Amino acid sequence: MSGEVVMSAVVPVHPHPLLAAKENAGWQNLANAYEELRQRIIASGAETLVIYSTTWPSIIGHQLINDPNPKWTLVDDDFHDLGSMPYDFTVDVEFADAWNDANKERGLTSRGINYHGFPIDVGSVVAVSLLNPDNRWPVSIVSSNVYSNRAETIVLAKSCLAAIERTGRKVAVICAMSLSNRMFTEPIEAKDDRIHSLKDDEWNRKILEFLGQGRLEDVAQLSRQIHTQVRVQKVVSFKPMWFLSGVNGQNNNLIGEVLAYEALHGAGGAVVHLLPDPNPSGDKEYDEDDVEYYSGDRDVLAGDGEAQDVGWENPEADDGKHGEEVGEGDSHDSETVQSSAGAGDGALAVKGASQDGVAGGVGGTVERTVMINTDSAPKPVGAYPHARRVGDLLYLSGVGPRQAGSDEIPGGAIKNGSGQSQDYDIKAQTRACIENVKTILEAAGSSLEKVQDITVFLVDMERDFAGYNEIYAEYFTTIGATRTTLAITALPTPIAVEMKVIALS
Amino acid sequence: MSRGEIVAAALAPHPPHLVYAENPPQNEPVSECGWENLRWAYERMRANLDKLDYDVIVILSPHWQTYVGTHFLGLDNFKSLSVDPVFPNLFRYHYDIDVDVELARAIHDEAAADGLAVKMMENPDFRVDYGTITSCHLTRPQWDKPIVCISSNRSRQYYSVEVMQEMTAQLGRATARAIEKSGKRALVLASNSLSHRHFVTESEIPEDMSKEHITSHHLYLWDMKMIELLRSGRTREAHDLMPEFTEQAMSETDGGGLTWLLAALDYPEYEAIVHGYGTIIGTGNAIIEWPCHAQEGGE
Repeated sequence: MSGEVVMSAVVPVHPHPLLAAKENAGWQNLANAYEELRQRIIASGAETLVIYSTTWPSIIGHQLINDPNPKWTLVDDDFHDLGSMPYDFTVDVEFADAWNDANKERGLTSRGINYHGFPIDVGSVVAVSLLNPDNRWPVSIVSSNVYSNRAETIVLAKSCLAAIERTGRKVAVICAMSLSNRMFTEPIEAKDDRIHSLKDDEWNRKILEFLGQGRLEDVAQLSRQIHTQVRVQKVVSFKPMWFLSGVNGQNNNLIGEVLAYEALHGAGGAVVHLLPDPNPSGDKEYDEDDVEYYSGDRDVLAGDGEAQDVGWENPEADDGKHGEEVGEGDSHDSETVQSSAGAGDGALAVKGASQDGVAGGVGGTVERTVMINTDSAPKPVGAYPHARRVGDLLYLSGVGPRQAGSDEIPGGAIKNGSGQSQDYDIKAQTRACIENVKTILEAAGSSLEKVQDITVFLVDMERDFAGYNEIYAEYFTTIGATRTTLAITALPTPIAVEMKVIALS
Repeated sequence: MSRGEIVAAALAPHPPHLVYAENPPQNEPVSECGWENLRWAYERMRANLDKLDYDVIVILSPHWQTYVGTHFLGLDNFKSLSVDPVFPNLFRYHYDIDVDVELARAIHDEAAADGLAVKMMENPDFRVDYGTITSCHLTRPQWDKPIVCISSNRSRQYYSVEVMQEMTAQLGRATARAIEKSGKRALVLASNSLSHRHFVTESEIPEDMSKEHITSHHLYLWDMKMIELLRSGRTREAHDLMPEFTEQAMSETDGGGLTWLLAALDYPEYEAIVHGYGTIIGTGNAIIEWPCHAQEGGE
């Protein structure tokens, strides 16, 4: 079986288009857009609707409705005077169970919900009622965990893709969400509805401009900033774009169309249609870590005290930085100190002990590690940080003599552009190499004096050992770090020496 | 008509686990036991409150969250099934609640006169929030007193804890005035936990007490600091500390319940009775009684 995401959409969560469309032209416009979207779902050949709703908060991981026929009458907490919303939905239980299983396989806490009278949230009820009034499609509704951040949300999306693949479903993915979510805090007349502020309106239009161009991943990458700028801090972050981009492969290869954008008691509500682009430009611009498994940082039930050291997040008042990067890499509980990529010269480091230097995947112990990068050291030639702190130790990726910014090699490159060998100064290269080590250590709050162990790689031991050894002694005689010097055939850039360092932090 | 009064008040947190552990006939799930320290604390408080004569329970619950002002249940009776959206495995409770609409409207009107945005909730299909149900059940399981149910205006999220403080303190003063004018004797409940960082996993047996502890020591210290202020009658200090406590302990006081209660009592300086403290899925919960009647020569 091979299922697929045949289309995606953004829809608003407020009940006004469902219950009171006639009272306001904008609300009616949204209701009409819902109907237009429904027709497009029909045309897409979708077999199941996946609903990710921001108005269903969960705490114990993620929850998935697997009651085959949830039925109740919902009344909105705020807009109860608009009327009641009876619902009688059909759920794709096979899909929900497959998704639940995939969540667990990827390290997420997850459970199915099959209880009579369970309160399906207003965003889901409004979306399904307007898009699926005749139960043409079974639905699968998932919660939005209040504590989850990007890593957890991306993994949730990948689990959804796994469920699509296992069940062979053609799926339309619907995010029920507001853009700006600041409502007026006092009752207003329907005719007076408008976006709460010009700032909110400008941000909403910026988001919609991107979505209209199909630049979904670009919006996802702005999620934290959007949350800070135009979101009431009810939850940790503006996460639906992470989910929606996750199920679309985290790229901008989409065709987008904004069907409507209107105010809903001050909040920004939009209906947006997103289709996979059959002729993508390859404009995949993401620069954040991709993540396959959620390793977790919250084994608090163990009660062994480790939980106090990790994953501390304020779900109500996140500042957009706090804990955002936790667990996003494929390592346990990693944090990125500086987001810019960069590292030494070491292909050796990539293969040996860089990004995968701390146990990844599901299970294992929780060890607090921090990735460290600095603009003052040469840029990387691979996907690894300059250094990684594990407990009291700093592990540096392989460091060569290249100069930050220019990539110039002091003492000259060992080969020219045609690959022909040329003369070079090993002393100058060694000195530059050690200075780069010093720079990275200091960026990490350490120093050359705290180096404990060094492994040095030379491409020509016979030619270079003496010169390298002389410069090395200038720096390290009094420090007394242990050292190993190895001869190797080549390094990935035309340099003669590279150092791998372990130091106290 | 004689002057109404608040005869007692309580911090009465609403974790559904406590109802689940008690196995009342209204709740569908069945447990073995659990969280006895808090359930016995509620028992002690009930024993005290049962000695009092009161007409109505007035409660503010953080789980009826409103963003467009403060709302009040405005129909005489609500009867339905409440399923906790977070812990549906623990709480599926059949309720039948009478509402003192007259007093609810009186508080509504007093608050409106003070400039607060307010609204009566008169949709018969509305489901009463599980926070209200849990706190009321644990405080008065006979369900023989009508309630006034007040929503939690989320002004903390729209503006700041400080703005929440101002608005809910105003609501508390309006509540006290309305009770006084009504001639009724009221029990006032703030339905909230203290520190409020949950575990995000649940043990296989929810009532497995070997898995229960505070999420972190610093939250425990905050809880103890706040409890000490309340029990020693330093409630104005508690009020002043509330913004910092709410932020640092991620406290459920963000819903305004405790601020509202202290303002309604005009910041009591007598000692409160701490019936117990314990954690529920990592959150800190205290059951605290303010015996207002005893301060007026009633005993």
